[in-house]
Amino acid sequence: MIRNDIEITPELIAEHGLKPDEYQRILDLIGREPTLTELGIFSAMWNEHCSYKSSKKWLRTLPTTGERVICGPGENAGVVDIGDGQAVIFKMESHNHPSYIEPHQGAATGVGGILRDVFTMGARPIAALNALRFGEPDHPRTRHVVSGVVAGVGGYGNSFGVPTVGGEVNFDPSYNGNCLVNAFAAGLADADKIFYSEAKGVGLPIVYLGSKTGRDGIHGATMASAEFDQDTEEKRPTVQIGDPFSEKLLLEACLELMASGAVIAIQDMGAAGLTCSAVEMGAKGNLGVDLNLDAVPCREEGMTAYEMMLSESQERMLMVLDPALEEEAKAIFLKWDLDFAIVGTTTDDLRFRVHQHGDVMADLPIKELGDEAPEYDRPWEAAPKPAALDPSSLPAPNDIGKALEKMLALPDMCSRRWVWEQYDHLIQGNTSVGPGGDAAVVRVDGTEKKGLAFTVDVTPRYCAADPFEGGKQAVAECWRNLSAVGAEPLAVTDNLNFGNPEKPDIMGQFVGCIKGIGEACRELDFPVVSGNVSLYNETNGKGILPTPAIGAVGLLPDVTARATIAFKAGNEAIVVLGETKGHLGQSIYHRDLADGRDDASAPPPVDLALERRHGDFVREEIRARRVTAVHDVSDGGLLVAIAEMAMAGNMGAELTAKTDLALHAWAFGEDQGRYVLTAPAAEADALIARAQKAGIPAERVGTTGTHELTLDGGTPISVAGLKAAHEGWLPTYMAAAPEL
Amino acid sequence: MKSAVIVFPGSNRERDMLNALEMISGTRPAAVWHADSELPDVDLVVVPGGFSYGDYLRTGAIAARAHIMPAVAKAAERGVRVLGVCNGFQILCETGLLPGVLMRNADLKFVCREVMLETANADTDFTRKYAQGQVWRCPVAHGEGNYFADEATIERLEGEGRVGLRYAKGDNPNGSINDIAGILNERGNVFGMMPHPENMIEELNGCTDGRALFESVLEAVA
Repeated sequence: MIRNDIEITPELIAEHGLKPDEYQRILDLIGREPTLTELGIFSAMWNEHCSYKSSKKWLRTLPTTGERVICGPGENAGVVDIGDGQAVIFKMESHNHPSYIEPHQGAATGVGGILRDVFTMGARPIAALNALRFGEPDHPRTRHVVSGVVAGVGGYGNSFGVPTVGGEVNFDPSYNGNCLVNAFAAGLADADKIFYSEAKGVGLPIVYLGSKTGRDGIHGATMASAEFDQDTEEKRPTVQIGDPFSEKLLLEACLELMASGAVIAIQDMGAAGLTCSAVEMGAKGNLGVDLNLDAVPCREEGMTAYEMMLSESQERMLMVLDPALEEEAKAIFLKWDLDFAIVGTTTDDLRFRVHQHGDVMADLPIKELGDEAPEYDRPWEAAPKPAALDPSSLPAPNDIGKALEKMLALPDMCSRRWVWEQYDHLIQGNTSVGPGGDAAVVRVDGTEKKGLAFTVDVTPRYCAADPFEGGKQAVAECWRNLSAVGAEPLAVTDNLNFGNPEKPDIMGQFVGCIKGIGEACRELDFPVVSGNVSLYNETNGKGILPTPAIGAVGLLPDVTARATIAFKAGNEAIVVLGETKGHLGQSIYHRDLADGRDDASAPPPVDLALERRHGDFVREEIRARRVTAVHDVSDGGLLVAIAEMAMAGNMGAELTAKTDLALHAWAFGEDQGRYVLTAPAAEADALIARAQKAGIPAERVGTTGTHELTLDGGTPISVAGLKAAHEGWLPTYMAAAPEL
Repeated sequence: MKSAVIVFPGSNRERDMLNALEMISGTRPAAVWHADSELPDVDLVVVPGGFSYGDYLRTGAIAARAHIMPAVAKAAERGVRVLGVCNGFQILCETGLLPGVLMRNADLKFVCREVMLETANADTDFTRKYAQGQVWRCPVAHGEGNYFADEATIERLEGEGRVGLRYAKGDNPNGSINDIAGILNERGNVFGMMPHPENMIEELNGCTDGRALFESVLEAVA
């Protein structure tokens, strides 16, 4: 039993992740020493994960509004108008620290948390994606983390019943001791039936819904706001345990409840559980909250106020109920075998009071808990702008075909089939383009052919070399992915993963990336409507690569006019859109085939005006059904993009590099703003003419056909051989004996 | 055709099934709650896919004891067609309406991908719109689809033409015995299968090979 009248010592304060000056701020605010429960509540509200105290200043610089934006950051998820009275609701969130400590449960509850964020707002989840980053393949823990995370993501989403339609996977030594699990979810709702967390009305019942509260996940948010060290294993009890079955019931019960009209405000219990949800609901509505912990359904006996307020048990919600509909509401939850308990009341005195066994365990000013959280303008230093790489400094490969095959089988480039075949990507029956394309396409349920497109992307090595250009590139690539399936890019969610913000160079990466993201989002009218910041991704003092993952959503009026990457037929022209300049700095070729892992040269620059022009053109071509396949050029460059189209279509091509560049720079350079299109040979000239008229460089580089890729009449490269290499690496790696 | 789809806590492909049946039969099926004890008067009862009761204890084991299941068994006795897909197949095995059991996939991993199915017996109420031996596309999505039964049962199933569907040669995603993907009861009116024909019925799915399964029942009950 943890007593509430325990003495608050400097050690205890430090254990709660509060700095001495932050503790002083608490004393000034409440005019007395806090109780232990109160200290726990402050630690939950004021940690980095919940308060955004290091990032807030910079997050404010991002564009968050737009014609279609119904609700931007600050709610459980962003809401964007998709016409016809419908809205898409989406967000991406990290679950990095728990996933490293306990990969399966950490990843599972990451998915559970983001799904809850979406259906708390009244939306039925229709798509899930994820961005996963693991340590180098040879690290003894990597296989274990990959296998646990993938099983956890799949296990939760599959059982819950949402299609997991896309994502990305990278390997890098900087994630050896700190993997990244960024989970994205999107849901669909009527635009006039969105539910918010702002409590309204005094004296109304506050209802606890869902699973019971246990002792799991206590201090999860505080743990997520600290670096890892040798004692990481000891933090396992801070990881929550997921139950997708309960979440599925909670989804159905909540949607039924919302339709009944009984819900005035609703908030899921995520990080810092009951504390965060109750305070947010009250503070947003300018209301106080009285909680009676004796009424909270508990899984274990003898839980103290401290434990209940900090538990992060999953699959729970808090709502303000219309008392006239109490019986009806209760019946819905009982039907779904879920707990329904009135645990509190809204008040007009702006206090957050917690009662247990007749005692007041906490009595705090509710607004100040959130509003008066510390906010820092952390010192930051920008790294000097990197110089461009001299392309002639890189050796040419002996054999371009062998180099291509090697590229396609690299850990970062190989097929992710082993991963996504463990995810149900077809459930709900609306998947039009599943994993493996530029973006996933899902039909809007109940419509004939309206569709939504989803993608997640970032290139951490670009961000490390030049945070500003890297931030821009992450947004631009998402824009390109959506355009490449024929979708109109609508809005993004950002999941910003960085190291320790108290270090000026790390803070400099953060600031640089935010500036880049902001510029790209402004230029492309691509507002940020939700997001999450994960800092302190460090182990023993070494930070991860800056990884600002972007999730993006686009709209298609007609899913039957979407494009996919596969070659469709022989004798079709292959046309490259955008200029190929042979930029090899920070390229996969440089890093993995030319020993450039430690190189600090500039990543390819992104020209946002060109991105827009090229993307708009491609989208129009797709919608007019004038092209048969489309793929954007990204990691690995042009030849890799073409090879991916060939492998997807089980068809070869004859290619000609009409260029003054060195062949490997033409083939593997990662210049931005490019797409590969195919069209029937007879229509190639017209396609190129239209592009040039729009001011876009376009060039025919070959013709589809046969079962081999031939470049400039060289040795034919078997597509089947490439595919075997491409498909083979990950399953072979995962099947190998662990090296522990 | 009038049909009903049973909904358990944790069912999650019931909407797919309701939509597919409506699209193909032209009539919206009834959704029947697990806690009910009576079925409406229908030609076809479908036990859909999902994770009923979270797959806790054993897949299908708890659902098999749900209130509605005696009514399903009675309907089967009367000759009403009963189709179990994925978790529905597991549930039908657990109730004893079909023999055998579905174990964890041989590689112990959930698998979602398209497979090729072979119509092993086209002379059934569930497969008659396929040609004998026809090979067709259909997705699977399961962690426990590895069909197993004792030798005598398998011999009977094979001997009596009760293996309706097999995974085509080399395309068995779960290690099931004799590549079994779907089986019939003795009378031929109860069919269980692991793959999801309800997700292969319109152009959006990239292929419509799953339609014929529903059209078979439609024709059989007409």
